[in-house]
Amino acid sequence: CLNRLDLDPIDPNEDTNISTPEDYFAYLTKLYAGLSNTGQNGGDGDLGGADPGATQYWRVFWNAQEFPTDEVVNSWTDEGAPDMSYMTWSANNPFVLGMYNRIYYQISATNEFLRKSADLKLEDLPDWKEDENGDKPVYATEEQEQWIAEARYLRAYSYWHALDFFGNKVPFVTEEDPIGSFMPMPAGTDERGPELFNYVMEELEYLVSAESKLPAIRQAWLGRADKGAALMLLSKLYLNHEVYLGNKVAGYYEKGREHLSRLINEGGYSLYTQAETENYSAYQSLFMADNEKTASEVIFMIMSDSRSMRHWGGTTYLIAAGIGGDMDAQAQGINSGWGGNRATPTMVDNMELRGGDDRVMFAREDEGQSKEIDNSAEFQQGYGVKKWNNLQQNGTKKNETEGVFTDTNIPVFRLADAYLMLAEFDLRIEGSVSGVAKTYVDAILERADANPVSSINLDFILDERGRELYWEGHRRTDLIRFGKYTKDMNWSFKGGSPSGVPNLSDHLELYPIPAADLGANTNLSQNAGY
Amino acid sequence: TVVDEFGTPLPGVSVIFVGTTTGAATDFNGQYRLTVPNDVNEVKFSYIGYLDQVLEVGAQSIIDVTLQPDSEQLEEVVVIGYGSAKKEDLTGSVTAINASDFNQGAITSPQDLLNGKVSGVQITTGGGAPGAGSTIRIRGGASLNASNDPLIIIDGVPLDNDGVSGMRNPLNTINPNDIETFNVLKDASATAIYGSRASNGVILITTKKGQKGKLSVDYTGTVSVAKVNETVDVLTADEYRSFMSQNFPQYAEGGSSQLLGSANTDWQDQVFRTAVSTDHNVAVSGAVKDMIPFRLSVGYNNSQGVLEQSDMERTTVALNLTPKFFDDHLSTNASIKFVDINNSFSNEGAIGSATAFDPTQPVKSSDAAYAPYGGYYTWLDAQGTPMYSIAPGNPVAMIDQRTDVSDVMRSIGNIQLDYKFHFLPKMRANLNMGYDYSKSRGNIAVSPEAGFDAGAVDRDGSFSRYEQIKRNELLDFYLQYADEISGLDLKYDVMGGYSYQYFRNENENWSTFGNGEQLENWHTLYKQHNNLQSFFGRANFNLKEKYLVTATLRADGSSKFNEDNRWGIFPAVALGWKLDKENFMAGATAVSQLKLRAGWGITGQQDIGPNFGYMPIYVGSQPDADYSFYNPNTGEWVTVPTNRPSGYDQNLKWEETTTWNVGFDFGFFDDKITGTLEGYYRNTKDLLNYIPVPAGSNLTNMLTTNVGNMTNKGVEFNINTKLVQTKDFFWDLGLNATYNENEITKLTLTDDPNYEGVRTGGVAGGMDIYAQRHKVGYPASSFFLYEQVYDESGKPMEGIYKDQNGDGKIDESDLVYSGNPAPKWMFGFTSKMTYKNWDFSVAGRAYLGGMVYNNVASEKGHAQAAHTSGQVATNVHYSAMETDFQSPQLLSDYYLESGNFFRLDNIMVGYNFFNLFDKDINARVYGTVNNVYLGTQYSGIDPEIFGGMDQNMYPRPTTYMMGVNLSF
Repeated sequence: CLNRLDLDPIDPNEDTNISTPEDYFAYLTKLYAGLSNTGQNGGDGDLGGADPGATQYWRVFWNAQEFPTDEVVNSWTDEGAPDMSYMTWSANNPFVLGMYNRIYYQISATNEFLRKSADLKLEDLPDWKEDENGDKPVYATEEQEQWIAEARYLRAYSYWHALDFFGNKVPFVTEEDPIGSFMPMPAGTDERGPELFNYVMEELEYLVSAESKLPAIRQAWLGRADKGAALMLLSKLYLNHEVYLGNKVAGYYEKGREHLSRLINEGGYSLYTQAETENYSAYQSLFMADNEKTASEVIFMIMSDSRSMRHWGGTTYLIAAGIGGDMDAQAQGINSGWGGNRATPTMVDNMELRGGDDRVMFAREDEGQSKEIDNSAEFQQGYGVKKWNNLQQNGTKKNETEGVFTDTNIPVFRLADAYLMLAEFDLRIEGSVSGVAKTYVDAILERADANPVSSINLDFILDERGRELYWEGHRRTDLIRFGKYTKDMNWSFKGGSPSGVPNLSDHLELYPIPAADLGANTNLSQNAGY
Repeated sequence: TVVDEFGTPLPGVSVIFVGTTTGAATDFNGQYRLTVPNDVNEVKFSYIGYLDQVLEVGAQSIIDVTLQPDSEQLEEVVVIGYGSAKKEDLTGSVTAINASDFNQGAITSPQDLLNGKVSGVQITTGGGAPGAGSTIRIRGGASLNASNDPLIIIDGVPLDNDGVSGMRNPLNTINPNDIETFNVLKDASATAIYGSRASNGVILITTKKGQKGKLSVDYTGTVSVAKVNETVDVLTADEYRSFMSQNFPQYAEGGSSQLLGSANTDWQDQVFRTAVSTDHNVAVSGAVKDMIPFRLSVGYNNSQGVLEQSDMERTTVALNLTPKFFDDHLSTNASIKFVDINNSFSNEGAIGSATAFDPTQPVKSSDAAYAPYGGYYTWLDAQGTPMYSIAPGNPVAMIDQRTDVSDVMRSIGNIQLDYKFHFLPKMRANLNMGYDYSKSRGNIAVSPEAGFDAGAVDRDGSFSRYEQIKRNELLDFYLQYADEISGLDLKYDVMGGYSYQYFRNENENWSTFGNGEQLENWHTLYKQHNNLQSFFGRANFNLKEKYLVTATLRADGSSKFNEDNRWGIFPAVALGWKLDKENFMAGATAVSQLKLRAGWGITGQQDIGPNFGYMPIYVGSQPDADYSFYNPNTGEWVTVPTNRPSGYDQNLKWEETTTWNVGFDFGFFDDKITGTLEGYYRNTKDLLNYIPVPAGSNLTNMLTTNVGNMTNKGVEFNINTKLVQTKDFFWDLGLNATYNENEITKLTLTDDPNYEGVRTGGVAGGMDIYAQRHKVGYPASSFFLYEQVYDESGKPMEGIYKDQNGDGKIDESDLVYSGNPAPKWMFGFTSKMTYKNWDFSVAGRAYLGGMVYNNVASEKGHAQAAHTSGQVATNVHYSAMETDFQSPQLLSDYYLESGNFFRLDNIMVGYNFFNLFDKDINARVYGTVNNVYLGTQYSGIDPEIFGGMDQNMYPRPTTYMMGVNLSF
């Protein structure tokens, strides 16, 4: 009778172990879903202590990349939200904590997946279950080594975020560490130092090598990682290495360009230049509900589905938070907006600088918005941005009855970004742009119907990245790399004042390690300036 | 007439002719009437607590008797864990409340009978909904994140603390009219016998049993009327119009984008009603063939809530059988309780919407634009689509266009066999087998016209239903041996036993939309179970009727912990010293009893939330949280369920609370004044806390683990006096007082002094804003707010706060401790008067020292609350007139107010009729008022809110009741 105390869960949704190939694949899928879903049902959160929707991975990532830049002003008064726009965050800021927690959730879940996968081999597991038609799932032929490589890519992707946002003193754990209660050691002793950078670099160098079982470029489904995604991430790491390491390392720009060239040359990618209808431009189509059709340009994508992936982050957030005032929510494919994000006048000027550009998609005075902002909490101050849209190219919603959650996927990395990076590598290595890179930049401008450019310098690259990649979650990293984040550039509400504070302390280039983790882990120390 | 030693008439005295079953009971005046059969000559008078008297009948026609108290029997017997004890021999802190002391009036839930009666017990109703649940805290609660609810045991069946789906309050299973006593066990000496569930105290509920003797029938019927006293202070339509003209002329009448209407609607008036409720109970008790005493009761309650469409209909049936066999060697106690509840929950969201909805708009409009929404005024955008994500719902529509009903059946039953061994009568064996079974079903339907609900209006209505089945099983067995060693004048009894309890529940949910659309397998099924097994023992020693020792030990095994931590040992020892029996007290005749008690013990808490928190669990995804990949080669989407590993702590274990308790029980002037004074200190260690785990070390960022320490210390005092005792007039007065202080002394593994604590007390009006924290050095759930700065006229200056650390900016580090929600002092009083056939009673409470955060005011008390994005007009809380705040100041301590209050809980007047129509019929007519008066300086509606966050609570109405009681 006393052995009845050894109970096992009886819940059909719970299992004490993973034991079938389906279980392993579902676990791998969870690692992808961690970038999108907030938990195991619509309202659920993988993380505790915070609103699941508000701390969805892409939502906190996007906020951390865009709020403190010239691209966005947010009107919400939620605790910590104005601080993200004003660059006055502290170590208790819930947005900073949300990003940090999401990053480490991904890393921990991946480590556990790798530990589990090392214990046993797929071929030792029972055979794949057949469905009612007697078919095995389409992924039944895949190899376990491929899954392990995909997991390692996802871990490197999140570690890159840790490095970019928090620097080199963040906790460092791999599958070699246990699960339980211990205090991980920081990756390195200096905020800007080699340890974490080198780890991510080595992981990615392996993943792009011939040995690795990551699928070849463009040989995976949209939403899954292939060597293209790893090459792109590795190139970005090298491109930003001066920031991450604190000094320039000879040969790193060249290595970055080499990987990027391989990506472009071997991949067979092409810019998406021909929209299906006249209603929307090719550029606009990249950010619409059927943007899986733009796959030729997509290097890595986070998926959305208003039926099977319901959460308050991702493009649901991007679209809804950008609509308010008198803007027409239905024209953006949703029922109503949340009235949060607008463009700063600085961004509007940069967008309009080159004229006649398909990429300029503002809600202006005729939709009740004003360009200038003196009260950041007033949604109708600042132009609305209509880049993200939940309609398909044919003007309908993917799920006609759906207007709450969205179907628009997130092109995390796309070819136009790679093209601009290639030109930037050229400029950083040779000081000028090669003919090949110039044709790529021209192709971007041509697709956008923008005026051609005669000469390209680094200032142009930064501005052009602002025009091509705005509101896609790149801006903070770009501004820091160009030395214009804390200095030499100004925008509304930078530093908290309506006219902006042009020069701020450099320590803001890194976010603080959240106080919650400093309290839990005494091996860690705070970043300088906090 | 039968009277007691003071000459007071004794009602209910059994008068039986010796050798027969013929007899009668005395009435309220102590009188009785009997026809003497031919062949008898002796009559026996018996009454509990008094010596039997046998008198010869002879020729006299009137026999007046004075019964003498039985000093042995007078001792009140109190139910304790696995047994009973004489009150005077208790060494632990046990308070018994009998039916005659219960709160009176329109009471549908058992816990309300007890409110304010017991020192150290705080009972806070969740609001005024019919049959609403309450938060019960005994001595402040010993946990932070584990359950703080006391263990509740009904006739020997411990209930689990989880709610029952579709029921506002699991205690509604018991009809208050069936309850005989509550016994509240407070200190470790009393509770340790319940081991790992005892840290937060134990409440034993005993229901009424049948008595041998004449069949008696008791009927009680009541009718009550309830009304809301006060509503939230928002602007009237005219005030709102002028507020808008001043602050937002563009949205006011004649403005460029005018939003206001021409109606004058008091939305709160629209959603609240005068509620009428009735309650009927019939109880029959007696003995079948004078062998099997029984009591059968049937109750029917139909309660309306003051919020439109919130109703409860309850039918209860309870049967108790208490036969004895084999010359009383085998006592049986069989009990079955059954309840069927139909609830209508209404839409409590309408309470908040009613404070926010624009008062210049009508409830309904004939404008064709609103026809798709049932004619209810709804905020529409330029395309005619409801703006549900930024506009409040029409409160009346929210109630009318949504139904939320449930039907719950629950039964609790047990059979208890108590056998006194024939060959060894000092030895007793007790076997108790019980069950608690419930089945709930509920439906929530939202009309396709419901403009406030996104899913319903877009998809032809939404429908969901749920079912829950709970099955708990119990088996207890113990042996008790009682004896005395007369040479030493030592009485002792020892007891040891085993207990098995298994809890299981299954929940199933379905939801679909009216257009037939549903997410694939949009159906969930959850099943949970856990098992608790225990060994327990107790020894009592009584030396020379002066010195008492009680020792208990319980070993609990719980399936919630891994094998290494599975068993917890919970010991307790207590000493009692009856000072009044000492020779040196012989002269102090005024002192009728005086006992000193001291106890120490360890209790545990295993109600930690997850059933399998110690093991790795993989959780599958529901169909709205799968992941969809796209295959560009085939153009197919591949939707894959996901599998999440949950964080876990394999070392999870019990919380342990060590309690020290010292108390005096006293009685003066022949117990005309009795009372207790007690002090306690409780220290909980291995407190389960939900804390940040070091990033990267586990599969979550927050984990429930054993890290904290917390103390509670306090003093309790209660006194009951029989102020007046004359022939016609009686006056009993009771008073109790409690002081409790709570402090968290440890929360994290690292003792980081900069740790900001666990955020709690989420504030409505912003996302992820918290007004409270659990922080080391402060009471649980302390408020941490900015200190508001005021101008010379005493007006709060918007956004100006005290810079506590002087760093020149206001940020989170300037949030300071501003109080905590738990009252420091709690007082309760009861007064009962009887004059001839009249009786009159009053009960009330006062709480002092707790703070309340007025979130109703802070959410809406600023100009920005007057509209959303210039598209929707919304009402403003009246405080905005005083503060002139333009934007929300959610963390200002301006909104933190004293929660001190005095509440007159009930007043009752009754009149008794005896021997109606010269028959054996007694009747009583009475009237009560509940929630008579609330005295407070709090600016909101009601400061009595558990947790101290005032967020549009369902208001507690004042209830006027008339009742009649017949017994024959």
